[in-house]
Amino acid sequence: MTLAQLIRLLQSSVCFGTVIMYGSIGEILTEKSGNLNLGVPGIMYLGGISGLAASFFYEFNNPAPSPVICLLVSFVAAFLAAALGGLLYSFLTITLRANQNVTGLTLTIFGGGVANFFGGSLNTMAGGVGQISVAATSAVYRATIPGLSGLGTVGALLFNYGFMVYLAIVVAIVMHWFLNRTRKGLNLRAVGENPATADAAGINVTRYKYLATCVGAGISGLGGLYYTMDYIKGTWANDGTIESLGWLAVALVIFATWRSVNAIWGSYLFGLLFWVYLVIPDLGRDSIELFKMLPYLVTIAVLIGISLRKKRENQPPASLGLPYFREER
Amino acid sequence: METVAAVQLKNITKRFGKVVANDRISMEIRRGEILSLLGENGSGKTTLMNMLAGIYFPDEGEIFVNGAPVTITSPKDAFTCGIGMIHQHFKLVDVFTAAENIVLGLEDEGRLDLKAAASRISDICQKYGFVIDPNKKVYDMSVSEKQTVEIVKVLYRGADILILDEPTAVLTPQETDRLFDVMRNMKADGKAMVIITHKLHEVMDVSDRVAVLRKGQYIGDVATCDTSPQKLTDMMVGHAVTLNINRPDPKDPIPRLEVRDLTVYDAMGVKRLDKVTFTAMGGEILGIAGIAGSGQKELLESIAGLQPISPGASIRYRPIGHTEEQTGTELVGKTPLQIKQAGVSLAFVPEDRLGMGLVGSLGMTGNMLLRSYRKGRGAFTDRKAPKQLAENVMEQLEVVTPSVSFPVRRLSGGNVQKVLVGREIAQEPSVLMTAYAVRGLDINTSYTIYNLLTEQKMKGVAVVYVGEDLDVLLELCDRILVLCGGQVSGVVDARTTTKEEVGLLMTRFKKEGEKA
Repeated sequence: MTLAQLIRLLQSSVCFGTVIMYGSIGEILTEKSGNLNLGVPGIMYLGGISGLAASFFYEFNNPAPSPVICLLVSFVAAFLAAALGGLLYSFLTITLRANQNVTGLTLTIFGGGVANFFGGSLNTMAGGVGQISVAATSAVYRATIPGLSGLGTVGALLFNYGFMVYLAIVVAIVMHWFLNRTRKGLNLRAVGENPATADAAGINVTRYKYLATCVGAGISGLGGLYYTMDYIKGTWANDGTIESLGWLAVALVIFATWRSVNAIWGSYLFGLLFWVYLVIPDLGRDSIELFKMLPYLVTIAVLIGISLRKKRENQPPASLGLPYFREER
Repeated sequence: METVAAVQLKNITKRFGKVVANDRISMEIRRGEILSLLGENGSGKTTLMNMLAGIYFPDEGEIFVNGAPVTITSPKDAFTCGIGMIHQHFKLVDVFTAAENIVLGLEDEGRLDLKAAASRISDICQKYGFVIDPNKKVYDMSVSEKQTVEIVKVLYRGADILILDEPTAVLTPQETDRLFDVMRNMKADGKAMVIITHKLHEVMDVSDRVAVLRKGQYIGDVATCDTSPQKLTDMMVGHAVTLNINRPDPKDPIPRLEVRDLTVYDAMGVKRLDKVTFTAMGGEILGIAGIAGSGQKELLESIAGLQPISPGASIRYRPIGHTEEQTGTELVGKTPLQIKQAGVSLAFVPEDRLGMGLVGSLGMTGNMLLRSYRKGRGAFTDRKAPKQLAENVMEQLEVVTPSVSFPVRRLSGGNVQKVLVGREIAQEPSVLMTAYAVRGLDINTSYTIYNLLTEQKMKGVAVVYVGEDLDVLLELCDRILVLCGGQVSGVVDARTTTKEEVGLLMTRFKKEGEKA
């Protein structure tokens, strides 16, 4: 393996990891409130297609698009659409007390359907399959800091990415700080662990659950945005990749033992495991698919590991997946 | 002494459906005093105090705090009034530290400063004599430590009126003494304290004044120094009521179930039964009396094979047809299925009725099937026999249901219990154990159940009846075994004993090593 190959592998791992990191840290926030939202893939779909559609219409109607507006329009659209997905999930599971697993899975199917339908429509409007391209917006997302990215190996490894790669790390760290160092974070964790206790302590359980789920979904949706804008460079493909990445994001939540800072290195590790087949010589198509299973196998190993160690801090929030309603007696 | 009471209740009434849990109760809680709230199970003690804590809202009546009328609709309101209640079931987050649990939900300004909180917690602990490590996780704590966290949580929020709901139920005698010391310190600091309990010796030990409730009514209050356990028991149980339950004499009683040295520890390692020894005779109803949580559930479950039993115990069992000379079989070590097939039947009516015996979404037929699904031939279950049985039960016990396939969850409580008891009786058991079989039932249905049990007794079945109402136990049973703190505090003849005697046995908590 040459150095160039190694750099390319690490870069691919970071890009791949960033997609699932967003999905994963959003889901960590959601799960900390006790909501198990299995709609992550669908939410990432919603984020991806909304960001793409927003910038497409902006670029379509403006011959000279402004980079700032390109960025704003797509970013806000992606976040809001994904948060709306979270709102839908919250309404169904918190207010109507629908089953969380079923609702989440339905949301995944819904998000995929919506995204692929409009993705197809956008392609048609742009002139045919695979024709859509939001070059101006994608360029903003892929812009690197001039000067730094040229600094040899270090520059290639650390500074050769679009801003969303760095934003993901910042969000993960801020979220860790929020959950563990602030009053609101403490309250939120209490809601996910023991909502009856939180309720008795005067915490508005419903409000915390709604907010955490919607904001969490919004963050997850950014994963879809990063995927369309940077990862596939402002295009659309109805190939179901977002869905498989979304499930990896859910697996990463477990791998990270519900800590957003663990999701940073965990996501890059998943990326590395996913792309490692690139540097292994003489692989056939079938063995490539086997290698792509690695992240899932590692997740299963971690799951077994943490259940064996029985450390309480590594367990999921105690009331994850359970609906809460005050007992009336 | 100041003249204005810390809390004054005036004509407080609380109803749950048709049941009146508190009936026009007026009482006072004073500063610098420990008040015991005494009463049997279901006398309304906890309900009354829950209205002060903001869990329930009174249907009628007024509450005054420091002389001013207040409306308490949530735990938050209660804190604003300075009222804090320590519930029997702790409300703590297991993966949080003591300090995190204590500051949870507080809306102080600024950032979360656990160090400052920890030092305030240490101050409170020092002042009253608690021992607590603010950084210890709750899951690492003993029951007593958790309780301390709950009390500190209340004090941290500035409460000066403290209500403790049966705080000693989960404590060892040593821990209880330590708790009482802390309570005396808080009293000396001018706090108003209420302790809900039904252990008389604790009442005598710690409190200054005793208020007694019976069946939702306020009986009165006395200064502890002017009373005795005997007088308090009289106030608590009241006069015997005649129920006229049909009670034929036992029919050729032979020992059907001989339990020796039965000791059971629960999952937390707390001793629930301590060397329980007794004999249940065929052809009689053995009543089991005791304060809630004295080991009744564990006793029945360990006989049914559902509880791990400590070594050294023996449960000898002779089914109907065996004579006294035959040695019978040993039940310890058998699986619940083997015990059931041997003819020991358990009809346990838990608090939520459906929890342990029936599947709510199934109809009567389905629930009958739960006992017989192994009997079908091949891979298919036999649905005909259970359906027949369901129809019989429905007819004989007058279960009101649209059809035998109607989900039992949607039946009324009495009908649910009839289904459960009816099914167990239909197994033609040699030992029939029931717990709280008439809980929540109206008078007529209760009598139906009593008659069913008596019928079984006349067939030679050993009936074990765990009950709450002493009047019923006195009139239905032949002998009554009284449990107190997991020990047998006495076995009395139901025909000759008095309510006072049983009441005293129920509350006579023996300390380790003390003679019965």
